[in-house]
Amino acid sequence: MTADTDVLAGVSPTPGSKKPDPILIATGVSRSFGGLKAVDVEHVEIQRGLITALIGPNGAGKTTFFNLLTNFDEPDSGDRTFEGKSLNGVAAYKVANLGMVRTFQLTKALSKMTVLENMKLGATGQKGESMFRAIFPFLWRDQDNEIESAADSLLARFKMDHMREEFAGTLSGGQRKLLEMARALMVKPKMVMLDEPMAGVNPALKQSLLDHIKGLKADGMTVLFVEHDMDMVQEISDWVIVMAEGRIIAEGPPKSISENEAVVSAYLGSHHDAPLDFGDDE
Amino acid sequence: MLAGILTDTIRGLIGDQAIYFALAAIGLNIHFGYTGLLNFGQAVFMAAGAYGLSMTVVTFGGSFWVGLFVGAFVFPVILALVLGIPTLRLRADYLAMVTIATAEIFRLIARTPGLDKWTGSSDGLSGFARDFYDLSPFEPRQRYLFNLFQGNQMWVFVVGWITVGLMLLLTYLLINSPWGRVLKAIREDEDAARSLGKNAFTYKMQALILGGVIGAIGGMIRAIGTQSAQPDNFITDVTFFAWVAVILGGAGTIFGPVIGSMMLWCVLAFADTAMRQGVSSGALPDWLLTGTQVGQVRFMLVGSLLIFLAWRRPQGIFGNKEEMALDDR
Repeated sequence: MTADTDVLAGVSPTPGSKKPDPILIATGVSRSFGGLKAVDVEHVEIQRGLITALIGPNGAGKTTFFNLLTNFDEPDSGDRTFEGKSLNGVAAYKVANLGMVRTFQLTKALSKMTVLENMKLGATGQKGESMFRAIFPFLWRDQDNEIESAADSLLARFKMDHMREEFAGTLSGGQRKLLEMARALMVKPKMVMLDEPMAGVNPALKQSLLDHIKGLKADGMTVLFVEHDMDMVQEISDWVIVMAEGRIIAEGPPKSISENEAVVSAYLGSHHDAPLDFGDDE
Repeated sequence: MLAGILTDTIRGLIGDQAIYFALAAIGLNIHFGYTGLLNFGQAVFMAAGAYGLSMTVVTFGGSFWVGLFVGAFVFPVILALVLGIPTLRLRADYLAMVTIATAEIFRLIARTPGLDKWTGSSDGLSGFARDFYDLSPFEPRQRYLFNLFQGNQMWVFVVGWITVGLMLLLTYLLINSPWGRVLKAIREDEDAARSLGKNAFTYKMQALILGGVIGAIGGMIRAIGTQSAQPDNFITDVTFFAWVAVILGGAGTIFGPVIGSMMLWCVLAFADTAMRQGVSSGALPDWLLTGTQVGQVRFMLVGSLLIFLAWRRPQGIFGNKEEMALDDR
């Protein structure tokens, strides 16, 4: 991990700091719900190939910001670029095709489809997904078989191969998180956005989820995740972005974040003088 | 007497009504069973087929074959686009509201006396199916299939069931393809499908069009079978008969809608004939049931059957109970 963070060694730990090789950039992004300004981010850059955590107290606007970055919600104003391409006005499904895929806080396993069907759905550019070609199986059968073996090897990597024929609705909460992450990988993304990957996952599965997220980085993917679990943030992230009341109040390597005054006051109120111990968070 | 009940029941099981509603239900099953679209106006798609054909021939003097094309494709596709473009981006219930309203609006417009020369108003249109019956290999005055059908009915019977078979084959191929996989994903969770790069709106529109076209073909065969297209053949009840067929047979199954439609009309025909015979022979006394009540009571029996089914077999005849139970989690 130290080798990776070296990339960011020269980056100043201040909100909106420039990164050497950003994959995702957001500038002037704001979103209001009625009178409430849920997100108001001046500038943020996400470094390619690293694991970045987005943290903040409840109601900080993390998930809203996340939705804005993935185009599941439209900002009132602001620009987002992914790999130099503007995301403004791009439909959410096209964002996935550009190589940025997300998961959801409330896991969206497709209950009445089998684990394998869930996985195969994730593959992009499927010939048989055109209504007219679908009628002629010989046009897409070969590709479908390739997708199936790719799905099988991913399932094996996530140790879910024994449940490939089960309905996803029968899986436990943690298994659904695993399935959702594996399914996202079927898209062959460049960047994976995880919305609270640890929520509702039992401790035994947590470790394996953590390893899988590290595995994403090892495979060259960029990861941005929203999380409450500070142990996880400390363990796997290379860089931490802190939000409060819709703004980015701090950025920096994980070690420095818990000593940051702005972060401490955002979490605990401004008259707290001890360094922040996130142990009883959650 | 028993023979009469038996032939009527069999005619209900495999006769013309079972065919029209099987097609309407196959279409509705693509909407609801596979894509999760709430279409409460399948009657208007059937009407689009019937009027597409009959107006082309009677009102505009076109040929029967052009009429078939207009009824099966032009009218229902336009209708699906009109219904779908404003509603498919919204939550599922908006489509439900718009379809149920559109079905009634269409019927009332077709009934309007001022439009008599186009739609025939409440009398509807007739005399457009001659080219179809000219092709019939069956002798109109002869009876076929153990005396169940006259020649013309027999021709509708053969063409109708072949059409049902073809539509089942089409559904089977589509649903077992990657395209069908996307539909099911949208039914389960539209946002998940979008997060994986699927254009949910386009797929929902395709499903709405496909199910609408199949329903329109059902309506067209109904118009051909009865040799007329009348507005009151497409009242709201028609939509709900199609729904009953889908739910009886099992939503999201290939054969469910067809078997559901056959069962519905079989039970209706059986109850109707059995009760009428009972009343006329005196087996059912006057204080219990009179001939004029039979028409209503048979629907009560179907309603009871549905309640029984919802209790004992909520997934329908073909549905998978294990799959159904996943909803509760």
